[in-house]
Amino acid sequence: MSAVDSLAGVEQAVALGLTQDEYGLVVASLGGREPNDVELAMFSLLWSEHCSYKHSKILLRTLPSSGERLVLGPGENAGAVDVGGGLAVAFKVESHNHPSAVEPFQGAATGVGGILRDIFAVGARPIAVLDSLRFGEIDSERTRYLLEHAVAGIGHYGNSIGVPTVGGEVYFEGPYEQNCLINAMCVGLVETERLIRSAASGPGNLLVLFGASTGRDGIGGASVLASAELGEGDEAKRPSVQIGDPFAEKKLMECSLELLERALLVALQDLGAAGLTSAAAEMASKGSVGVDIDVARVPLREEGMEPFEIMVSESQERMLCVVEPDRLEAVLAVCEHWETAASVIGEVTASGLVRVLDGERVLGEMPVEALVDACPLYDLQPRAPQEPLYSAPRRVLDSSDDVDPGETLLALLRSPNIADRLPLFEQYDPVVQSRTVRRPGQADAAVLALPARGEARPGIAIAIDGNGRRVAADPYRGTVEAVLECASNLACVGAEPLGLTNCLNFGNPEKPHVAWQLCESVRGLADACRAIGVAVVGGNVSLYNEGADGPIYPTPVIGLVGELPDVALAGRIGFRAEGDRIALVGPFAPEIAGSELARLGGRELPSSLADVDIARVLAAQRAVRDAVRSGSLASAHDIAEGGLATALAECCLAGGLGAEVAFDDTVKPLRALFGEGSGGFVVSGGEGALRALGGAGVAVRIVGLVSGTRLTIVAGEARIELALERLREAHGALRALFD
Amino acid sequence: MKARVLVRPKAGILDPQGAAVERALPALGFEGVSDVRVGRLIELEVSDPARLQEMCERLLANPLIEDYEVLLEGAAG
Amino acid sequence: MKFGVISFPGSCDDTDALSACGRVGEAVALWHADHDLAGVDAVVVPGGFSYGDYLRAGAIARFAPIMTEVIEFAHAGGYVMGICNGFQVCCEAGLLPGALLSNLSRRFVFRQVRLRVLGEPSPFTAAIEPGAELSIPVKHTTGRYFAPPEMLARLHAAGQVVLRYAPGENPNGSLDDIAGVVNEARNVFGLMPHPEHAVDQLTGSTDGLSLFASLAAAAAA
Repeated sequence: MSAVDSLAGVEQAVALGLTQDEYGLVVASLGGREPNDVELAMFSLLWSEHCSYKHSKILLRTLPSSGERLVLGPGENAGAVDVGGGLAVAFKVESHNHPSAVEPFQGAATGVGGILRDIFAVGARPIAVLDSLRFGEIDSERTRYLLEHAVAGIGHYGNSIGVPTVGGEVYFEGPYEQNCLINAMCVGLVETERLIRSAASGPGNLLVLFGASTGRDGIGGASVLASAELGEGDEAKRPSVQIGDPFAEKKLMECSLELLERALLVALQDLGAAGLTSAAAEMASKGSVGVDIDVARVPLREEGMEPFEIMVSESQERMLCVVEPDRLEAVLAVCEHWETAASVIGEVTASGLVRVLDGERVLGEMPVEALVDACPLYDLQPRAPQEPLYSAPRRVLDSSDDVDPGETLLALLRSPNIADRLPLFEQYDPVVQSRTVRRPGQADAAVLALPARGEARPGIAIAIDGNGRRVAADPYRGTVEAVLECASNLACVGAEPLGLTNCLNFGNPEKPHVAWQLCESVRGLADACRAIGVAVVGGNVSLYNEGADGPIYPTPVIGLVGELPDVALAGRIGFRAEGDRIALVGPFAPEIAGSELARLGGRELPSSLADVDIARVLAAQRAVRDAVRSGSLASAHDIAEGGLATALAECCLAGGLGAEVAFDDTVKPLRALFGEGSGGFVVSGGEGALRALGGAGVAVRIVGLVSGTRLTIVAGEARIELALERLREAHGALRALFD
Repeated sequence: MKARVLVRPKAGILDPQGAAVERALPALGFEGVSDVRVGRLIELEVSDPARLQEMCERLLANPLIEDYEVLLEGAAG
Repeated sequence: MKFGVISFPGSCDDTDALSACGRVGEAVALWHADHDLAGVDAVVVPGGFSYGDYLRAGAIARFAPIMTEVIEFAHAGGYVMGICNGFQVCCEAGLLPGALLSNLSRRFVFRQVRLRVLGEPSPFTAAIEPGAELSIPVKHTTGRYFAPPEMLARLHAAGQVVLRYAPGENPNGSLDDIAGVVNEARNVFGLMPHPEHAVDQLTGSTDGLSLFASLAAAAAA
């Protein structure tokens, strides 16, 4: 029996998720004293995976975190990059997977609410939301339920608060059946000098809690839920789901932004997972100060709440700020104007302690360092799996060579992973705030105008992407591909990457093969970020995404923000004019293995993906980007799921024009038409403009012309000829889900 | 005094929520359901129940499209 | 000529409406809790989710202090344009006939729709050729226009329906494809589409500008 075993509180600590050894460390950090209930509740949450990143922090330190354009890096509520003109763009992506699996509408809604708060907590006005969703196979009843409610929840929150949803992605694959993914990204705009940090400072300054009152919502919710696998008995977890109130958040947002506009705050922090506990400890830790919090002064929504419940409640729509005493009156007046309740609940101290008080009574007293920094970090024990981790997808299509390629193209367009996302996007407002130059479906990336600078109309572009199946096949190369894919999306609208955020959705990192996926993926992420020359400005890690059947596909979701000098020239997907030439640009080397066609055909995942020639992909991106910026191209689209034929069909449908394309020399038509890989673009324009793309390592091949109302592709022996109407009908397959 | 106000779509006004519920029930094996209307329930504590009707007319319901019904706690029936 | 655009808690398109108005005239923001219209010549009640759209869309905003002034202003012949949530507020306030019900789909819908301007003269459409088509987005959950049969007949007879969704474009199940109506005195206009989101080719279309321009001309006259 070890010394820890004999401690009185060890059983309770283990029940709350700490290990015996961790409990021993808690006792040591308190100078040998065992924690009381309030303290134990706070330690158990802050030392949970969700708050401490104890299994991923060491790995995350390997990501590039500095860059020329970075103005706020990892560690703050959100990172930010300089976009010129004295402005910065703050952004972050975050998961809300486990709450959404329990209650998809509220889970998704509060996921959006949480990421919005992260953005306005740094002083930026949220100007765009994007989301990344993963569900099981589309024909499962549970998938349809989750999809319908998650989409409604995202719309409910984003639409009601007046922040446009400008993009997103969704995939349906078996391994997400038990554990869906709901990731939301928010982008905000701020004058660089107004960015605010979360470090508390100035002993004697006041802690003001403002926004919604505190109830029992989410107690043990996000933190505990997100740190354990969901299994049987999910129903019992329902009461701890938080309920979102976008109206309260709208007022909270306007109130926070006005407080910052008037320079009334010393520091600002949103309340997310672990509520007041996390917010107060983080603010104190960053400022190397202490804080006293009086639970008797926290406005409550329910009677009889225990002090520990008040400290860990995850009630939504709340913020904590530090205010100099002589500015308190002005702060309270702004809050009143926005009909937002505000209360002084404590003060900054020089003690280096987080003290929890109930009036005069001290309920808990813990060194800030112990809460925030003493949590042990774990090295992962990665081991590459010897056996395939995932079973082959269910076969729904005959993908052999002798099937009519036209039918195959229609099947791909109908696939829920490729079909038009309009039925989902129609449930979101993409135009509020009047900045949206490219809406979902119009271009490979969302484009937002920044304030005009004289005659110039600069803008930013945003893409979000991640292909779990390909990362499952090859965590390193799959992740590199995902980053390159986002950069290609940006190139197609004429934008150059500025900064990257990510959400790493993985299984249980204590399992060696999941640890291996995570390590390889992060290695790929780091290499790809260095290649495209951006820092990781911040992000989120969501682990323990497993169901009874095993882990999800490892799913790093990449959010990339870039800039373009003139939004009027932003690229579009759709063909524009009859007679324009069509070219295939870039080092496109398609393979069927790991593709959407392979999935439909029920083929097993390959054990690795082909190497990517990053330098040549970057050269092609540069050529496309420069041409789009000069206005010489009529359209630009990168080749992704479903390969070249799918990309051509998408260009036809978006532009309402047909095309005639031929690759006479193709010996493996199926691979040329439907294979996938990095670095390929379909562009259209005048012949001279297309030829000008070539040079310096960039392959350009003119393959056809924009013409008529049919898509005709001849690839060696294979021939596709389909009217746009048939393509459109297949592409509209998701519509039926929302009738 | 505790009061409950039931507000529902007026007869003849298409109620898509009600229609959706009506479609969903048989799919779960609950046959023989018709005329589903989805409205809302407002619970309130009032000192002067005589003013409830006016509250309904002016704010709690829109008389053009909604019917309402006031139930007083402890009242007969 | 000066527009006033109201902000309620929960208004989302107030800033957009303000800048749209600013393209054709002077534009100032009005605050829901004030009793002051700041001497404006026309009032825009903007889109969004005033008071969270709780209870019923527009039902609570209708009792905001500023609405007392707006109602008085309208009764005195002042021009009022209610867009989306503003249309709902004007109906709740009794400034416009009818009501807006939940979309038939029960879902929020964003769509760029084609609209037909009807021939009936109104100060809000005076600058537009009758029969012209406009491309303007809609975005709402509660946009299905409803009026009881007798009321509807009166509206048609009096030429109060001034904006309709083009055939096949009705996004919400509105009766007779009605997208916008004026009151009997023709000085209050409500519409579900968002003309303030169609004032710049960069962000999609400029077709909404003509509605603001018509109103500016009428209010300046």
